[in-house]
Amino acid sequence: MRLEGRAVLLPADVDTDQIIAGRYLRTKDSSVWAAHAFEDLDPSLAGRLAGAVLVAGPNFGCGSSREQAARALRDAGVVGVVAPSFARIFFRNAINLGLPIAEAELACEEGETVDLDLAAGTVRAGARPSVPCRPLSPRMQAILEAGGLVELLRGRA
Amino acid sequence: MATLSERILGAPAGTCVDRAVDRAYVHDGTGVLTLGTFRTIGRPLAAPERLSVLFDHIVPANTSVTADLQAELRRFAAEQGIHFTDVGEGICHQLMSEGTVLPGEVVIGADSHTCTLGAFGAFATGVGATDMAAIWATGETWLRVPETIRLELSGRLHGGAEAKDLALHYVSRLGMDGATYRALEFTGEGAATISMAGRLTCSNLAIETGAKAGLFYSDETTRCYLAEFGLEAEAQCPEEGCYVADLGIDLGAVEPVVAVPDRVDTIRPVRELEATPVDQVFVGTCTNGRYEDLARLASLLKGHRVRVRTIVVPASRRTLLEAARTGVVTTLVEAGCTIGPPGCGPCLGTHLGVIGEGEVCLSTANRNFRNRMGVGGEIYLGSVGTAAATALAGEITSPEALP
Repeated sequence: MRLEGRAVLLPADVDTDQIIAGRYLRTKDSSVWAAHAFEDLDPSLAGRLAGAVLVAGPNFGCGSSREQAARALRDAGVVGVVAPSFARIFFRNAINLGLPIAEAELACEEGETVDLDLAAGTVRAGARPSVPCRPLSPRMQAILEAGGLVELLRGRA
Repeated sequence: MATLSERILGAPAGTCVDRAVDRAYVHDGTGVLTLGTFRTIGRPLAAPERLSVLFDHIVPANTSVTADLQAELRRFAAEQGIHFTDVGEGICHQLMSEGTVLPGEVVIGADSHTCTLGAFGAFATGVGATDMAAIWATGETWLRVPETIRLELSGRLHGGAEAKDLALHYVSRLGMDGATYRALEFTGEGAATISMAGRLTCSNLAIETGAKAGLFYSDETTRCYLAEFGLEAEAQCPEEGCYVADLGIDLGAVEPVVAVPDRVDTIRPVRELEATPVDQVFVGTCTNGRYEDLARLASLLKGHRVRVRTIVVPASRRTLLEAARTGVVTTLVEAGCTIGPPGCGPCLGTHLGVIGEGEVCLSTANRNFRNRMGVGGEIYLGSVGTAAATALAGEITSPEALP
């Protein structure tokens, strides 16, 4: 699995309340989550997520288990998320929803092209040398390749 | 030599296991997404007798949209014969702690604070809606057996310090991602001195260090607590030489602290923040909404009147009933507190005490993230004693100052 996108930089410890605020969770219209992603952090960010690779600081996605956070990013067109570490529930949610995610220390500027090669386990920003990502387990790779856990389970039914 | 997580999950740390789930639960928030995802999987429930749907997040419903979403989930639970608790019964983690979860079980909840139930010596962890939908459909989940950090507790809490202060203390020592992908175990002679309510508070905050679970070993305290519900519990004993890190904490040195906005791991002694004005005090949640908490609050407020609006939300109907029976409710209402219906209250910023721009809340909850209880509001997290002293003074005050 190989992906490319434009870097959007984010700080450390971005919690899921910041990704999608609690006041937007109860809705029958799931497009609301993508539209209001990161609203309290930077209201202009939601408009820049299509085609983006989020390059965040450590502990991305900490806090609440709300899966709407990973849904918001996927539905907004985020190509993938790269961070030195993730909160584990967010990490599982992203994989389960088919949102590519990679643990790596990536030096990167805002707007640079990020090339994420999950099969090779490397990520590269612009013309810089590529850096390794922590390998995904075969199980997580299988979920991502199927497009998510639901798709994997439906395939086995 | 194995950690409690390794023993319960039946494999050494680092291994991925497929494990049947003993208890799995959702609340009205995560249950709606779980149901939608479950339906797209297109299979029947694998083990409905192990599932629970427990309404707590927005109870009673705040809007017609919420009411519609809740109605659909309520109907599904009834059709499928799933254990269901409605508006007013209480917080999912609290209900599971009232005579359901037993030592040694694997407990999965669609809520990050499911780690609360590690207090019983169960392996309890939170997942998202898709993982939960897969559990509904298959009865099992996959887990990577975590490495464990041991928190070796010595001595005894004193001088106004509560289990909540201990919890904030260890979160600050480990940091917000200090235990990511790992489990915590609370051991040592100090652990034995902490009540079941206090253990639930300590395990509750494990997720705020990134931990997957926070476990106490089942002992005499656990046995006596569960015996009140007619349940038996076997004792568990820690083993040496199986931990990746050790953190020693002298309970006698733990003092009343608050976590300052917007990080749970940034604490200050309460006395250093005295004279910080607050607009609201909130006592409740899966961290500190139990009967012991309400009784302590009442004992400190008795005969006085609060100087700021003070919202008290019991963790469960059982809690509220006991507080009504013993006069705790009367004392709190006489002191000027507002009592909310059992549930999560304003913790997640959707109803029943949301704060406004520039307002400050001293809360006994577990998260003080930016804007969590209302856009532009600030949250300080502290113990019930700190909440009581602060409510009486109208500004952040240490419980050490109380007579």
